[in-house]
Amino acid sequence: MSESRKLSQPHLLGIRDLTPEDIRLIFDTAVQFKEVLNRPIKKVPSLRDTTIVNLFFENSTRTRISFELAEKRLSADVVNFSASASSVSKGETLIDTVNNILSMKVDMVVMRHPAPGAAELLARKIKATIVNAGDGTHEHPTQALLDAFSMEEKIGSLEGKHIAIVGDILHSRVALSNILCLTKLGAKVRVCGPPTLIPKWIHTLGVEVSYDIRDTLEWADVANILRIQLERQDTRYFPSLREYALYFGINRALLEELGKDVVIMHPGPINRGVEITSDVADSSQSIILQQVENGVAIRMAVLYLLAPRATNA
Amino acid sequence: MRSQLVYLHHMEHGRVILSSRPFQMVLDRLCYALIENYDAFEGTCVIGVQPRGVLLADRLVSRLNEILGSPSIRYGKLDITFYRDDFRKQGRPMVASQTVLEFPIEDQRVILIDDVLYTGRTIQAAMTALGDFGRPATVELLALVDRRFNRHLPIKANYVGIQVDAVDEAYVKVDWADQDGDDRILIYPQKQEPAV
Repeated sequence: MSESRKLSQPHLLGIRDLTPEDIRLIFDTAVQFKEVLNRPIKKVPSLRDTTIVNLFFENSTRTRISFELAEKRLSADVVNFSASASSVSKGETLIDTVNNILSMKVDMVVMRHPAPGAAELLARKIKATIVNAGDGTHEHPTQALLDAFSMEEKIGSLEGKHIAIVGDILHSRVALSNILCLTKLGAKVRVCGPPTLIPKWIHTLGVEVSYDIRDTLEWADVANILRIQLERQDTRYFPSLREYALYFGINRALLEELGKDVVIMHPGPINRGVEITSDVADSSQSIILQQVENGVAIRMAVLYLLAPRATNA
Repeated sequence: MRSQLVYLHHMEHGRVILSSRPFQMVLDRLCYALIENYDAFEGTCVIGVQPRGVLLADRLVSRLNEILGSPSIRYGKLDITFYRDDFRKQGRPMVASQTVLEFPIEDQRVILIDDVLYTGRTIQAAMTALGDFGRPATVELLALVDRRFNRHLPIKANYVGIQVDAVDEAYVKVDWADQDGDDRILIYPQKQEPAV
């Protein structure tokens, strides 16, 4: 009989709630799903009697497709919902929308929402398993899990490794989830960006702060480059994109001066020529496409481990 | 330390139904039965079902290679965790083991190997899983222990080590020298909780 292990949480709302053992369990399971994804038939029947709704109140390409593929590879029934084509535009509240969907017998809800804490609210009010696919500027747990998983795959255990998170830390849910996940795995984390885009309290999470990209890259084993989130910036945080690219953009010349290989990551979508140049994004140092590939396996693991069962259904 | 105590406690209540010496003879008999049918194992592969079927398959494959004198048998490991039909009934998710199948099984003769054939559900899941890798020419099943009166499905082994006729609650466990200290088969009055 196989060993059985369980996540400490009934939902995935954020990395904050996970223990290091939870993260390890998700990674161990994802490794096996990665093997499934390389088979001639990339599908297993595990969740064939589970119905999952993907509620996307915010635009998304990668995450939505990745979740949908993960669900389909697990044989779940999938319902997609995007806010623009729904009754939300008629003024329905979030709880009403979700309760209506749940009365059609849905077991799990994967939700992206522009409001921080939306997933948490849903978990408190709704009787279904909730997976947070990004809530405003708060958390994006599956992205952090797939980032850390991809790093481990590339450089081994993250214990004591130097990971830099570069760019728009202030508006980034990927940054917060990454910091929480990486520190739980024992990595040393440094954030780097213009002072206006780094929150004042960030050091309370146990990370170093730097405003010097060259120094940060010299320190780092891995650099996770974040997108400048123009859509969330209500005011001018830096003079121009050209100036940002000049001071914080990663280009080939900068990497070549380091005299060592830094693993380059980016959660997408990339603003090519702003935070990262095309020759870096497409270079052999970059594992951007492996991140996307691992995303499906990580999301399969999360859904598989959280799917309702006899005792907690 | 605690887990070891639990283990010893269980041992006291388990009864050995096949000890080390006859155990080796049974393994040898199974090997010769396979050679009789598969000769040099051309177009044939051996697939152990994770986790404990693999321990049996490991042993059989190394013995077969010894007897045949040519280590050429293609050998894979198949995990069926994601194919289990009792997903919703388990309180907690089962953690999958590794699947290693580095050869195509299309049109191959597959020998599926598991340690204990009980309800037949594991084998049903294994055959569904196999189908995701291709369409084998034939599939045969080898089980070290056949609990023939406890079957839930019309599944039968082609090669059987020993038959054990016991009530439903009884639990049969195969121990392996390299993992459990000795080669033997034990029977317990009821299913042993894993010593966590």
